[in-house]
Amino acid sequence: MALPPPDPQFVLRGTGAAVHTLHFSCGSQEPAVPVLFSGSENGVIHVWNLETRRVDTALDGHGRKSVYCVRTMGGKARLLSQGRDQRICLWDLAEGRTAVTDSICTENVGFCRCSLVKVAQGRWLLAMAAKALQEVQVLELPSKTSVCTLKPEAGAKLGMPMCLKLWQPHCGSQPLLLAGYEDGSVVLWNLSTGKALSQLVCHQEPVMSLDFDSEKAKGISGSSEKVLSIWSLNEQQNLQVYKTHQLVNAGIADVTIRPDKKILATAGWDHRIRIFGWKKLKPLAVLDYHTTTVHCLAFSDHTHPAERLLAAGSKDHRISVWSIYTQT
Amino acid sequence: VCFITGGLDCSISFVSHVLGKVCIHGRQKEILSILVPRLTDLTKSDCIWQRICWRLVECVPDRCMEAVVLGFVQRAPGADVLSRLLGNLVVKNKKAQFVVTQKMLLLQYGHSTMVLQNLLGYLALDSLRRALLIKVLKDLLETWGSSSAVKHSPPEQQQYISQAILICLSHLKEHEIESSRQELLTSMMEGVKCHLDSNLPQIRRLGMIVAESISSKINTDGPVLKFQYEDDEAARELKSLLVQTPPSHVVPSLPDEDRNEKADEAGPVVLESNKKSHTAAPVKPDEELDAELDSDDDLIPYDMSEDKELKTKAPVYIRDCIEVLTGSEDVDKWEATVKALESLVRKNPAATREVSVELAKILLHLEEKTCIEGFVELRQRAQVAVLTTDPIPVAKYLTSQFYSLNYSLRQRVDILDVLVLAAQELSCPKSHGKTKHSGAEKPCIQLLPGSDSSKDWRKIVDERIKSKTRRFAMGQSQVERASGPNEFNSVAGHFFFPLIQHFDRPLTTFDLLGEDHFVLGRLVHALAVLMYLAVNTVAVTAMGKALLEFVWALRFHSDSYVRQGLLSCISSVLLSVPAERLLEDITAELLETQSWLGDVVEKDPDGECRRLALQNLLLMENLKKKLKTIPS
Repeated sequence: MALPPPDPQFVLRGTGAAVHTLHFSCGSQEPAVPVLFSGSENGVIHVWNLETRRVDTALDGHGRKSVYCVRTMGGKARLLSQGRDQRICLWDLAEGRTAVTDSICTENVGFCRCSLVKVAQGRWLLAMAAKALQEVQVLELPSKTSVCTLKPEAGAKLGMPMCLKLWQPHCGSQPLLLAGYEDGSVVLWNLSTGKALSQLVCHQEPVMSLDFDSEKAKGISGSSEKVLSIWSLNEQQNLQVYKTHQLVNAGIADVTIRPDKKILATAGWDHRIRIFGWKKLKPLAVLDYHTTTVHCLAFSDHTHPAERLLAAGSKDHRISVWSIYTQT
Repeated sequence: VCFITGGLDCSISFVSHVLGKVCIHGRQKEILSILVPRLTDLTKSDCIWQRICWRLVECVPDRCMEAVVLGFVQRAPGADVLSRLLGNLVVKNKKAQFVVTQKMLLLQYGHSTMVLQNLLGYLALDSLRRALLIKVLKDLLETWGSSSAVKHSPPEQQQYISQAILICLSHLKEHEIESSRQELLTSMMEGVKCHLDSNLPQIRRLGMIVAESISSKINTDGPVLKFQYEDDEAARELKSLLVQTPPSHVVPSLPDEDRNEKADEAGPVVLESNKKSHTAAPVKPDEELDAELDSDDDLIPYDMSEDKELKTKAPVYIRDCIEVLTGSEDVDKWEATVKALESLVRKNPAATREVSVELAKILLHLEEKTCIEGFVELRQRAQVAVLTTDPIPVAKYLTSQFYSLNYSLRQRVDILDVLVLAAQELSCPKSHGKTKHSGAEKPCIQLLPGSDSSKDWRKIVDERIKSKTRRFAMGQSQVERASGPNEFNSVAGHFFFPLIQHFDRPLTTFDLLGEDHFVLGRLVHALAVLMYLAVNTVAVTAMGKALLEFVWALRFHSDSYVRQGLLSCISSVLLSVPAERLLEDITAELLETQSWLGDVVEKDPDGECRRLALQNLLLMENLKKKLKTIPS
């Protein structure tokens, strides 16, 4: 007899606007507080203290324009935020400061969330949608030098890049980029040559979000239709469709794989969060709490497995935080 | 009749004279039924016999030529046989040419498709005669394209001409099409315009099929004209004429394989893929991986039975519906409201009565915001529901709007349909519970077998009236009918009289007696049905009188659809108004109508009109007989 789905462990209220992005920072060993960053449509980034469950700080750096991506760069003292004011801001939050140390002008009016990967101590690669329609630009941080610009070949009607994922296959090797586009295809790019290695048409509709498991070389993408597509990357760096999964209602806004690669979560336009097992995409739970579409998801990076959390931000201004499948 | 065999110098002309004389006396069938097969056999391989045959027909005196040629064309088993028998007679003899190219094609229309095939095939077979074929095609197209011909000639003749055109087209060769491409295009455009303007669906369809065929012939590359019409046996048969079957299998009356129709349906949507992309070939998970320790088994799924499709809820109150339909931006809610409206209206009659006119107004102006299946049906059912719940004010509103400015034709025809459907619902006793809703029924005019017995007239008139109404709900199959008061009684007048009132008053955008004869036709048919449904109501006599006067005013209308409607109106009057009332109150109009009916039976070009007029006369006769038998 299956149990009814669990309720959220707690719900964070007070953003005052639709929540578009979430990011946890709970891994630090010091007696520091576990923290959740949220970016909202009113341009404010809230820093939530997960012990008191209240807002510690509110960062307003995007001029009232919606913030749709927040990421930490090595600890919660350095934050990167991307907003609809066509800027990516770098914040210094150590010791209670709330200053923007640097900003990058993206000149892009789209919604594509940027992707960060650490390549060496103090060096990061940032991939973001560039000014021209189909292009993706990769910068090195903190120097802000351009590493390469990834242009699809002429005549390929890919549309806007919708979602990006940078990763480094092994330590020291060249990073690769996966980009999902408006025409429903996912392209694997080689950053050193700037050429596409493989392209796979996964969906009929734009790819809304994707995530990739570099250990198993398998990835998953969600779109505005009813299908989740799982694809794999073989040794020749070719993408192939592995499996598809039909959903009850159409529209996936975000898809994330938990860091331990056991489960994944999808945020749906039908107000529901779905949990699947990653190995075989077995449906595990449907979490029905929000009253409008769920925009974003984040898994926490707690070192202790039992404390792991899943947060979901929705258009109804609430962030629900769940503790699910924490025993494994 | 034995034939002179072997004689070389015999005078054929004597035989021709005999043949001519016999044929002109009407004995074609007898003589030619023996002659033609004999000649067919003899001329099959023997050149001399062919020449003899040609001499034979050439020497037939002019006044008998028509009969002889007609007989030959009708009897010959194939175009090539005809060619062997007649040779180039049509080129040499003026009379024969007239008969073949003009009389048989344009002035007569009773010949079968076989005969047409033979005739036109005969013209096509020889290069000398091909010029005649082109000329014939041009003449046929001219007739086909003339608007007066389309309006006034009987549908059978139009069908005949269309068939002839298609067969001609099938015989044309590339270079001939090339040289006359422009002319063909011009005549096609003119012709298709007149045909589409007609009210009768079969004329429209004929026009569409011929235009499509012409277009496909002259534009072999590039886009061709394609219409949407009901593709049944008759249409397919017609289109099969466009393709010539080889002479040995000449049985053109059987429908061919559908080659022209079934335009290639767009195949499954092909995804654009780059050179580099790999087609989605699902990789089956390896069996070996499954044998590994499956950590997924540790994860126990929760109960997901609540996970269903997300549905927007429709409003529960009528006033909420009004709000959603007029103002709401939420398209999901709008859709749900449209779907739920009819049942809400029927369940809450009191609430509906409060806002009935407003609701009727909203529904009349309701445009399709999103793509809902069956939107037109849903809207119509909702309108009928509102009208039946609160008949008098809503009927007043709708009939006043019918004659107002700035409505589209579709809306005016909608008003008529809704009034008729609601009248039907009101006049039928209510069966217990809900009316049955089947899927949308295509509007179709049923062709009923003619019948001579007068008892069937009533049934046929009933059917005819019902078939002229565009209905979207299948008729109720009522097993037991509870009897109740006739709700149509009190409102019949409100439905009927306002519609008749202003028909001769033209507005800037709406002129019933002028361009909008389509709406006039529908109006007349609607009035006929309303009259029919008003049987046993109090106002029926007044309605009958008004209707007969209306008919009298419009009786010479040029459109045959309107005339058919007028004749149905007369039938309804005769059936609905009780006989005594007919004789006492409406005598003068009845007598006038009777004389007009006699006229129609003799002179009207449309076969349907003549039939309806005949039925009406018979109905009148029956009435008279019935009244005589009642002891006064």
